[in-house]
Amino acid sequence: MKSISFRRLSALCRKETWQILRDPSSNLIAFVLPVVMMFIFGYGINLDSTAVHIGLVLEDTSPEARHFADNLYGSPYFIVHAAETQAEVGRALTEGRVRGFVVVPVDFAEKLKQPTGTAPLLVVTDGSEPNTANFVQNYVIAAWTGWMQQRASERGELPPPGISIEPRFWFNPSAESRNFLIPGSITIIMTVIGALLTSLVVAREWERGTMEALLSSPVTRTELLLSKLLPYYVLGIVSLFLCVGVAALMMHVPFRGSLLILWGIGSLFLASSLGLGLLLSTVLRNQFVAAQAALNAAFLPAMMLSGFLFEIRSMPAVIQGATYLIPARYFVTALQTLFQAGNVAPILLHSGMFLVFAGSFFIGLTALKTRRRLE
Amino acid sequence: MFSRILTLIIKELEMLLQDRQSRMVLIVPVILQLALFPFAATLEVKNNTLAIYNEDSGRESVELMQRFSQAQAFSQLLALYSEAEVRYAIDNQEALIVIRFPADFSRDIAAGLPSKIQAILDGRRSNSGQIALGYVQQIVNDYSNERFRLQQKNVPSSLVVRHWFNPNLNYVWHILPSLIAIITSINALIVTALSVAREREQGTLDQLLISPLTPGMIMIGKIIPAILVAVVQGTIILLGAIFIYRVPFAGSLLLLYSSMMFYCLALAGFGLLISSVCATQQQAFLGVFCFVMPTIMLSGYASPVDNMPVWLQYLDWINPLRHFIVIVKGLFLKDIDPIALLPNVYPLIIIAIVTLSSANWLFRHRLA
Amino acid sequence: MSDSLVILDSVRKTFSHSVKPALEGVSAVLKPGQITGLVGPDGAGKTTLIRLMAGLLAPTSGSISVDHCDPIRDADQLRAFIGYMPQKFGLYEDLSVIENLELHADLRALMGEERVTTFNRLLAFTDLTRFTSRLAGKLSGGMKQKLGLACALLGRPRLLLLDEPSVGVDPISRRELWKMVHELIAKGMTVVWSTAYLDEAELCAEVILMNDGQLIFSGKPADLTQRIHDRSLQIRQITGNRRQLLARALRRPEVSDGVIQGHAVRLVLREGVDRPNLNELDAGDEAELVPVAPRFEDAFIEALGGGPGGDSVLAQSLSPVLGDEDIVVEAVALTKRFGDFTATDQVNFEVKRGEIFGLLGPNGAGKSTTFRMMCGLLTPTSGTARVMGIDLKTSGSEARQRLGYMAQKFSLYSNLTIEQNLKFFSGVYGLRGAWQKTVMAEMIEVFRLQPYLGTTPDTLPLGFKQRLALACAVMHQPAILFLDEPTSGVDPVTRREFWTHINGIVEKGVTVMVTTHFMDEAEYCDRIALVFRGKIIAAGSPDQLKEQIASPQNPDPSMEDAFISLVQQHASDVSI
Repeated sequence: MKSISFRRLSALCRKETWQILRDPSSNLIAFVLPVVMMFIFGYGINLDSTAVHIGLVLEDTSPEARHFADNLYGSPYFIVHAAETQAEVGRALTEGRVRGFVVVPVDFAEKLKQPTGTAPLLVVTDGSEPNTANFVQNYVIAAWTGWMQQRASERGELPPPGISIEPRFWFNPSAESRNFLIPGSITIIMTVIGALLTSLVVAREWERGTMEALLSSPVTRTELLLSKLLPYYVLGIVSLFLCVGVAALMMHVPFRGSLLILWGIGSLFLASSLGLGLLLSTVLRNQFVAAQAALNAAFLPAMMLSGFLFEIRSMPAVIQGATYLIPARYFVTALQTLFQAGNVAPILLHSGMFLVFAGSFFIGLTALKTRRRLE
Repeated sequence: MFSRILTLIIKELEMLLQDRQSRMVLIVPVILQLALFPFAATLEVKNNTLAIYNEDSGRESVELMQRFSQAQAFSQLLALYSEAEVRYAIDNQEALIVIRFPADFSRDIAAGLPSKIQAILDGRRSNSGQIALGYVQQIVNDYSNERFRLQQKNVPSSLVVRHWFNPNLNYVWHILPSLIAIITSINALIVTALSVAREREQGTLDQLLISPLTPGMIMIGKIIPAILVAVVQGTIILLGAIFIYRVPFAGSLLLLYSSMMFYCLALAGFGLLISSVCATQQQAFLGVFCFVMPTIMLSGYASPVDNMPVWLQYLDWINPLRHFIVIVKGLFLKDIDPIALLPNVYPLIIIAIVTLSSANWLFRHRLA
Repeated sequence: MSDSLVILDSVRKTFSHSVKPALEGVSAVLKPGQITGLVGPDGAGKTTLIRLMAGLLAPTSGSISVDHCDPIRDADQLRAFIGYMPQKFGLYEDLSVIENLELHADLRALMGEERVTTFNRLLAFTDLTRFTSRLAGKLSGGMKQKLGLACALLGRPRLLLLDEPSVGVDPISRRELWKMVHELIAKGMTVVWSTAYLDEAELCAEVILMNDGQLIFSGKPADLTQRIHDRSLQIRQITGNRRQLLARALRRPEVSDGVIQGHAVRLVLREGVDRPNLNELDAGDEAELVPVAPRFEDAFIEALGGGPGGDSVLAQSLSPVLGDEDIVVEAVALTKRFGDFTATDQVNFEVKRGEIFGLLGPNGAGKSTTFRMMCGLLTPTSGTARVMGIDLKTSGSEARQRLGYMAQKFSLYSNLTIEQNLKFFSGVYGLRGAWQKTVMAEMIEVFRLQPYLGTTPDTLPLGFKQRLALACAVMHQPAILFLDEPTSGVDPVTRREFWTHINGIVEKGVTVMVTTHFMDEAEYCDRIALVFRGKIIAAGSPDQLKEQIASPQNPDPSMEDAFISLVQQHASDVSI
């Protein structure tokens, strides 16, 4: 292996930087897309239903029924729309205008008075949105439990000795989904910059014939490879810290870990995703094909199988097994941990180790496939 | 005139289906996604680990633990014995949720006093945590109601919960109809946006423009093949959903396919719009990517549109996927009637008209 | 230094993706300190050979020695003394002129004082000093080529490899490049220049002539032309139709090859035959047969066994074009502005029925813009472009139904089969059913496409691609044919065949409008408009243009001479 000439390397890096800055499609991917994605994940994707529209049919207008209804109206989780008939509210549910409804039957107060009778309440949810349906169910139960307890205490009765659960969300006390979605989405942005953008760069040199000119000069293989890695690495790291800054300062997602560790893990992840992008570009030598391959090999897995949005543990065993091979999975875990839990050594070490392995695999393979000749 | 448009359509289809590779590109991802997405792309919680730190030694906590272990959401129970272990288990994501029974738990219950369980959740997965918490809550409620009924006379009121359209809250029923909408859109966009860019790159667009074909005919010649591709792909997923995943199709096929037509027109409009501002296939590809990403994310598939800020909900009105997902789900699960469909169909028609006419305008304008 | 710088010994190169070898046993010796032309049609193996010399490819068998280096084994040594300019010049289009130069200077360790002087020298040499901060992508073809050359020259190479440096470059830039290369030779550099333009071969000290991967000739170009000494003739003072005369002449057994040169017809005779009888050819009473100096191209065609025949089967299958307009194409004060740049400025011309009309001009002169306005692809800023009395931009399909169009890159659908392409283009023009079948069958027979019907145009030899493109353009029997640089990059044999068809079509009353910067094509035109800086600076028949610049020193100027002096005259008039 010949020594690396710093002069040649820096000349190549400078060239690459100019190209990044002057190419509209690179700019689009490197600067516009991250902003758009942060924005989407910050505002557009929100798994926490704040207030769900539900319908309420009071077939019984007794004070008891109204008392229960007040509990629903008082719940911060619902926007209650009163309706006359079940048919009316059923139609609203079908059309998606409400996500559930509660029916207080005609004989509600009557049954409630009977010492042995049980007065049923009907709760209907929109099962086509299972998460919202669960949400509606849980919070109607909560309102109902509250009503039962109030009623009992007002009547001087002992309330049913319920077992209450006191939830504590560590790291994220108000359980806001953006607190884990935003860190996770940084992985997607890094994947796009790392893999999608670099999948284009070597192929572009082949397509435009500039690779031939480079290869006929005294450039070495290592210099060629490094000149593709370093500028995009810098771009990725700048973008990483920019995203983290936006997340922490503008979107108020707490960051509890060490920036140094973030930089280290970020570098490792970038290495693997740059490596993959370069590998595809080097092997396929066609921008269009390489970009499509990068989309399928890097972006989709990062989106679907990294666990940033979809719970890995809920997937079938085979797919779970596959997620272990996806670098994005480790970066998502590391980022979510660094943001919310702080420096949890075992998790970060474990993620870091895998990323070292993935990075050296892809970069090594790229080095192997980088030729000094045209064939 | 019709024979000329037909010639254009046949050419486009021949180009799409000519070689094995391009046929594969159209079909294989659809099948893979059909096989993978229903399992992977779900917000459901199952097979997770529930850890228990039991400081209580009574019968009640043991009974509850047994009930937890039978839940589908938790396939593993992890026993913890100290605060430090709790911290470690959560920090290292060994468990999604830790249930802590206080020392006086069984005693309080036996005494008929209200008792408390602590649930510690991993805030990094707060959404899964909340869902898991829902399951825990339900198990605990059932348990305490049963006890109450055994001990006492009567519960004054009860809740009867029904889930319409999807009685068992099966996530696959929610995913597959959305998938029909999502997957058809990617290809319909790629087919329109990239094929125009390719003609421009290869110089054949000039050839077409010099021929007696009008720009309108050329656009129709691009739109119809895209619709055909989308319809075929949509049908594959529809069949898979009905016959493999056994999701019952409740609505009208006629309505589904006719609204799919409007949806494809709206998409084709965006595709042509992208292609009319892009000079190369490269740019068209990136353009489609930058369009599809937000479209899918903001479609209501990953998280409900209702949860977005109000201004974003208004902005999202131009997202055709958002409307089409409602239509497909409505027809698939709810057997929605044509009139109820209208509020989601007319936006598609407006989007189609606006995008197609501006694409048409740009198309002519860029030539001059 | 020895007498041979590069030694090729039975070099053979095969690629995994094709059965036929790209090079088949090529042996040759390149002498130092001179230009060696690597000449041959498209697909001859020129690029492969250059890449082998640059060490970018390894030969399958045989050996190459470049100044005693094996290009693969001693790659590091080799790279220190070669300069290589790939096709399309290998420039970074999004870097400026100076950034491109700096990159290559850094790569080749050209530093300090020497760097500054070299830059100054090269920028002055290539006349790019004014444009140092301009992006390479924004340069004209000629300027890109000079910059590419400058980049290749940065390391002071002893061997300069230029791969098709003159493709897409107009004659003026070409001449300048040749001048520059000659200066380099004078300083002792060795240059390999690959080209498909056979007129360039005559300027080389030695040539390696290749066809289809094989070496056909290696030596001084004059040695090859010497072979056809006395066999090149011109028929001048023709009365009557020169296209029909050419067709008749090519039917004679003694004529091996023939082309139109303005009002004259140039013929090459077979070896050891008598001159053809002008009366029998019906060339007119005044006609005379004048021996002319043989060109390299004549010798090249002869070496390949003669040109194609003069009869166009295509034309025979077409029915004559009827119509009463005399002026078929007309431009009146045609102007096109892009921003504050005027691409076409008040252009006027008329094309009569059955005429071949050429728009000739250097790169970026505005001929393409004018052409695109004429066929309705661009809207004029002011003025009108009328075809058959109709403004194409406003009128619709019926007028366009009577146009045929063939673009420079043979715009065919590369992933459709030949048959599908034919079917598509005939369908677009409204051919249907039995009629469509008949026409397609005719085209397939005329152009001998039968064996290729199921293959895609990409896999076709260039000549067949050209035939297919022409078939697609004329299937619907257009009254006017628009040709945009129809034969650039095409080898001379295919070019002759193409023009045979065009000549035949014109005889049927079809009007042809063509843009070109290729002098051979210009010679086929009845009239030419020379476009420069958006204006028509000269118009007339090829012979009239040549006469305009004839002088005692150059009594019989070539079309290229005429082109260059007319443009330069105009440029200096304007600058004064």
